[in-house]
Amino acid sequence: MTRTTKIVGTAVFLALVLVGIPAFITVSERWDLYYTLTSVALLSIASGGVWLTFYIGRINIGQGAYALMGGYVSAILVVKYGVSFWLTLPLAGLFCAAASVLIGLPILRLRGVYFAMVTLVLTEVARLLMLALPITNGAKGITNIPLPGAVKIFGLTLIPDFATLSNVRPAFYYLSVILMIVSFAVLYRLVNSRLGKLCRSLQQNEELASSIGVNISYLRIIAYVISSFLGGIGGAIFGAISQSVYPSSFTIVDSINFMLNCFLGGLGYVFGPILGTFVLYFGWDLLFETGRFQLLIFSTVLIGLILALPNGVLSLRFNKALWGSSGRE
Amino acid sequence: MEQVIANGLYLGAQYALIALGLTLIFALMNILNFAHGQLYVLGGFVTYTIYGQLELPFVVALFAAAVTLAVIGAFIERFLFRTVIKRSIREESTMLLAAGLAFFLDAVILLIFGEKQRGVPKLINGIFNWDFRLVMPYDRILIGFLAILSIVTFVLYMQYSKTGRAMRALAQDRVAAQLMGVNVERYSMIGFALGAMLAGVVGGLLVTITGVNSGIGGPISIKAFMMVMIGGAGVISGAIAGGFILGMMESVGLTVLHSYGDITYLVIFASLMVFLSIRPQGLMGKPWG
Repeated sequence: MTRTTKIVGTAVFLALVLVGIPAFITVSERWDLYYTLTSVALLSIASGGVWLTFYIGRINIGQGAYALMGGYVSAILVVKYGVSFWLTLPLAGLFCAAASVLIGLPILRLRGVYFAMVTLVLTEVARLLMLALPITNGAKGITNIPLPGAVKIFGLTLIPDFATLSNVRPAFYYLSVILMIVSFAVLYRLVNSRLGKLCRSLQQNEELASSIGVNISYLRIIAYVISSFLGGIGGAIFGAISQSVYPSSFTIVDSINFMLNCFLGGLGYVFGPILGTFVLYFGWDLLFETGRFQLLIFSTVLIGLILALPNGVLSLRFNKALWGSSGRE
Repeated sequence: MEQVIANGLYLGAQYALIALGLTLIFALMNILNFAHGQLYVLGGFVTYTIYGQLELPFVVALFAAAVTLAVIGAFIERFLFRTVIKRSIREESTMLLAAGLAFFLDAVILLIFGEKQRGVPKLINGIFNWDFRLVMPYDRILIGFLAILSIVTFVLYMQYSKTGRAMRALAQDRVAAQLMGVNVERYSMIGFALGAMLAGVVGGLLVTITGVNSGIGGPISIKAFMMVMIGGAGVISGAIAGGFILGMMESVGLTVLHSYGDITYLVIFASLMVFLSIRPQGLMGKPWG
């Protein structure tokens, strides 16, 4: 793509999500769409993290663990210590990042399905841990989390108190979408930097990369830390929206869904997770009308989609570019 | 103490049989079959329908479960996995398909058999009682024995039959096996069918003890993954060892950690992660095989 089409594309996307969709919702009065789209934005942030671990050649099915962790860190800080939500958001991310260094150091040595299975187990460990720890309130979870408060600098209100808003849904929508845009801008920048190229070398052949002088264990940790940070932030906002967090808020099914989002969007493209999440979440939501056949139809379509486009939805458009950008393993 | 060991062995035999199917599929095709637990549930429900509802002999029901699952497994390999493996650039795409398949089977099972917990009449009544040091119902002993018999049969089949040899060759080196004239596609299909059949057989065996319900597929898959990880992915002896180790750990953990509350699984999971960071390929796995 040329520079102009890139800029135009970005502008169109930004205008659509920041102006177009809110305007459409106000006109059509489909307020429920806000909630759906907020969820899509948040889930795609977490999926973006999973995508980054795919980028270094690891199949990550453990994002649910970090989302859960982030949700709990934010909830505990807000409820038990009265910290402002806006402060707990980065703190939740940082906590997950720190935890992921400790967890990542041993498990990132694993590869292929071993890493996939161990991360899957990690999700279950996180759930059981939240059930067992005294501070997390067990199966009852943490409820009645207050809405995010105001942010003021020198008396100037930057962000209004969410509790005073007449309709809180657009506020969460903007928060999530802006965070999504920032996260993916960072991811895009990262992938197209020197670091991104090094990550790609990891995806293809770690030994070779290492022999040329790439510090593979450092790179793996960096990618995994960023991934977990995004997962933590996504989980923290989810807790704030639903005003509650339970051990079952993020389970193995969620972890698998994060992975599916990435696969479906296509692993070769930075923005794949957004599209994948959108398609999966909206597809699931649209099928709500079908009642008990929801899961059946959903999974049948999913299988059909995988059979037809095993390399992701975005591979439709960039069939030629694919060979250059993602590389064959 | 005797009781704990006996429970562990009984659980271990079941678990090993589940893990064998999963590891076989992994060894042959490098597929992590998320839907393995769902295949197990399906086997349980087939047995429930034939033995519990139609009141035919248990042997017939178990046989029917095995055949049904083998056919389903063969179809899944032929029409789903083979296509995706051919078309996709990255091997991992099969995981996506496996996850989709798990959702699909979950939905089908829920629609056909409902969400209720289903049980069947006991096979044999009575309880084996050795001075209250070891108490075990006879039907559990029978099922444990049948499970061990199936494991032995499977191992002998893999070791001495022509099909078994072909599949082992395939697992060792796909390309080399093909060059030696092994029909790779055919044996992949047989292997997948065999793996699914094993899941169905365990489902059929266990329905007589624990019953079956449509929601246990996922948790079973996770347990199977753990066993495979303990023993080493794609290694038959590893799967058997992993199954028995997990069964023993569960049995011991439930007794020893009982007073600390519901943390047995947390301890097992955590120690598994520590174990894997020391020995990433499991007990018997080849490094990065």
